[in-house]
Amino acid sequence: MIVADACGLVPTRDLVAQPLERMIADCANAMAGGDRLCSLFGRACAGDLLVTAILQQSRHGFAVLRGRAPAGSRYPSLTPQFPAAHLVERELFEQSGLTPDGHPWLKPLRFDGAQQGRMHTYPFFSVRGHDVHEVGVGPIHAGVIEPGHFRFMCHGERVLHLEIQLGYQHRGVETLLLQRPVRSLTPLVECIAGDSSIAYAWGHCTAIEALSGATLAPEAERVRGVALELERIAMHLATLAGLATDIAFLQGGSSYGRLRTAIINASMRSCGSRFGRGWLRPGGVRCGVDDLRRQDLLDTLAAFAHDIAEVNALMLGARSVRSRFRGTGKLSAKAARELGLVGLAARASGVAIDARADLAPMPYAERPLAVLVEEDGDCLARARLRMREIDESVRWLQQLLAAPAGVLADRASLAPIGPLRGDAIAIAMHEGCRGQVLHALETASDGTLLRYKVADPSASNWLGLALAMRDNDISDFPICNKSFDLSYCGNDL
Amino acid sequence: MLKAIQVRVSQGTQYIPDPRRADPRGFRGAPLIAAGECATDCHACVDACATQAIELDPLRIDLGRCMLCGDCAAVCPSQRITFDSRYRIAATDRAQLVLSASHPEPDPITVSAALRARFGRSLKLRSVSAGGCNGCELEVNALANVNFDIGRYGIDFVASPRHADGLVVSGPLTRNMAQAVELCWAGMPEPKFVVAVGACAISGSPFDGADTLDRSFLDRIAPTLYVPGCPAHPLTMVCGLLDLLGIRT
Repeated sequence: MIVADACGLVPTRDLVAQPLERMIADCANAMAGGDRLCSLFGRACAGDLLVTAILQQSRHGFAVLRGRAPAGSRYPSLTPQFPAAHLVERELFEQSGLTPDGHPWLKPLRFDGAQQGRMHTYPFFSVRGHDVHEVGVGPIHAGVIEPGHFRFMCHGERVLHLEIQLGYQHRGVETLLLQRPVRSLTPLVECIAGDSSIAYAWGHCTAIEALSGATLAPEAERVRGVALELERIAMHLATLAGLATDIAFLQGGSSYGRLRTAIINASMRSCGSRFGRGWLRPGGVRCGVDDLRRQDLLDTLAAFAHDIAEVNALMLGARSVRSRFRGTGKLSAKAARELGLVGLAARASGVAIDARADLAPMPYAERPLAVLVEEDGDCLARARLRMREIDESVRWLQQLLAAPAGVLADRASLAPIGPLRGDAIAIAMHEGCRGQVLHALETASDGTLLRYKVADPSASNWLGLALAMRDNDISDFPICNKSFDLSYCGNDL
Repeated sequence: MLKAIQVRVSQGTQYIPDPRRADPRGFRGAPLIAAGECATDCHACVDACATQAIELDPLRIDLGRCMLCGDCAAVCPSQRITFDSRYRIAATDRAQLVLSASHPEPDPITVSAALRARFGRSLKLRSVSAGGCNGCELEVNALANVNFDIGRYGIDFVASPRHADGLVVSGPLTRNMAQAVELCWAGMPEPKFVVAVGACAISGSPFDGADTLDRSFLDRIAPTLYVPGCPAHPLTMVCGLLDLLGIRT
């Protein structure tokens, strides 16, 4: 096992590839000691498969394990002992064909490769018994959202189990990232999950900067923080608008919707795009926050803070809203922890996990943001946590934007990006609106990319939604789904 | 109730009075290509482009591929490319989307008499995301919010293909969605048409060439309206539709 340095770099020459079983045993030991398995992925190497595990050590920094096995090998699954590993083992199986013996549910994650277009052939879990029936929804849904299929196994209105089938959005992102010139990858990275453009772009930039040894101006990192918190506010608002609409609290829907417009238009005035596209590039930022923009953002946030407080009070003050959300779609802290949930969904179930605090990258290191937690794990907790996180982001932004001139880059600030270091793995993680986004880039000796692994927070969280639905009514699904508000394309890549 | 009214008053009036005359300040919209010569043997913009949207001799940018990211403008030593906030860039003809110094923006859309007669007062659209990154999907959703309020022109998004006159496709059309798109189209009653929203839907854009795409649907059914952008701006969409149907604002 090798621990990554402060830049997230691991030299692969020092990384000894153990037999796969041995590596998996080491992985289990590390997990038993409290490490979190963030990603497990393979790549072909001289007829064999090289497997890389990325562990987050007690939430501080990363460690890498490497194993080697002939193609088509089997290994003892980690999942029976650590359910959180179910996802990465399924992914490794789908991408590399390594079979985890004893895995309870080896369902394809995204119907990749030869499985493409064969989603209909997959045998769903089925519940038998008197009066049990199934309801299938999707991939196309009633609203304007991404596609996915939900199969409910019900007894009357009560949902016994929900099986989620994803993969419809699969674009082969990880393959494309290796085929395209490494210098112009950011626009593609920005639409891996396009509502989290900043979180994705930031991780990509951090990894490329680590590999090239670029030194970034802190003023540029602070602008990235501004961009990311604006993105978080905007996406939390989109969720709240959806939640309000789904329970027919239409005034809330309209008001959150128009408040989101105010925030994303402020992003647009700062960088040209309502989604922050083109704002971040390896080396820094393409647009700074000069005095004019600073004042513009401060004015926008001041008006916003006043207006959202009113709408939040109206929404939470309505007994009908509280009654509809309370107790609906409950996920316990134990389940959230065991399944390895991350981000807002985990925090709403009482699990304090947030890369902004745990890894504390610039600018969060110098200006900490409170990690907010709700204990109840129901739709109300997830809605309320979004409101509180918006308030906290606004507070953080107002403080940063009110700092003396010169704290933020006031124009484009791009450190030159030299050749990428060879024989290294760069690991970068940032906390997007749904949770941590992981990038892991491995280079060959000449600095070309051998593997680009992306891990989206939604992939870790979809099973949480399925469990939260158990014993709820099928009519609770829209609000449960919206309260998690997970990304389909983030899972499907 | 009084409190609800109070909040409503306090939130103010938010709609954009005339989408054709809006001012999306700061928006990096259409690229503007200046006349003149490129530096000798320079292809910096082509190298910087993530979607092969740029061709040289003469310099052209294909809005059907362009993500409006602006990376080309940042590297051009001759400052031949700038982006401004022009957003009325939808077109009914794919070729119109290729911009150059002599063709700075797509020609204004000609009103379709047939579509106007059918749908000029009521148009129902069904949105399908087929690999969309949720950028265009959120912008399509925004059409119905209180700012863009497309419902005032009789245009709505509906839940069922059975109720739809137009299919709004976003995303590069993944193979895993190919069957669902076909089924949705087959479920829509005639007459019907397709609107391609965003650079991904128009050309595949950054995903073009991936072995995970199946774009045969759009090869067979040519879109009636192309709405460029990454994501497409709601103003681009609403103006494209209003122009196509000849709806006055």
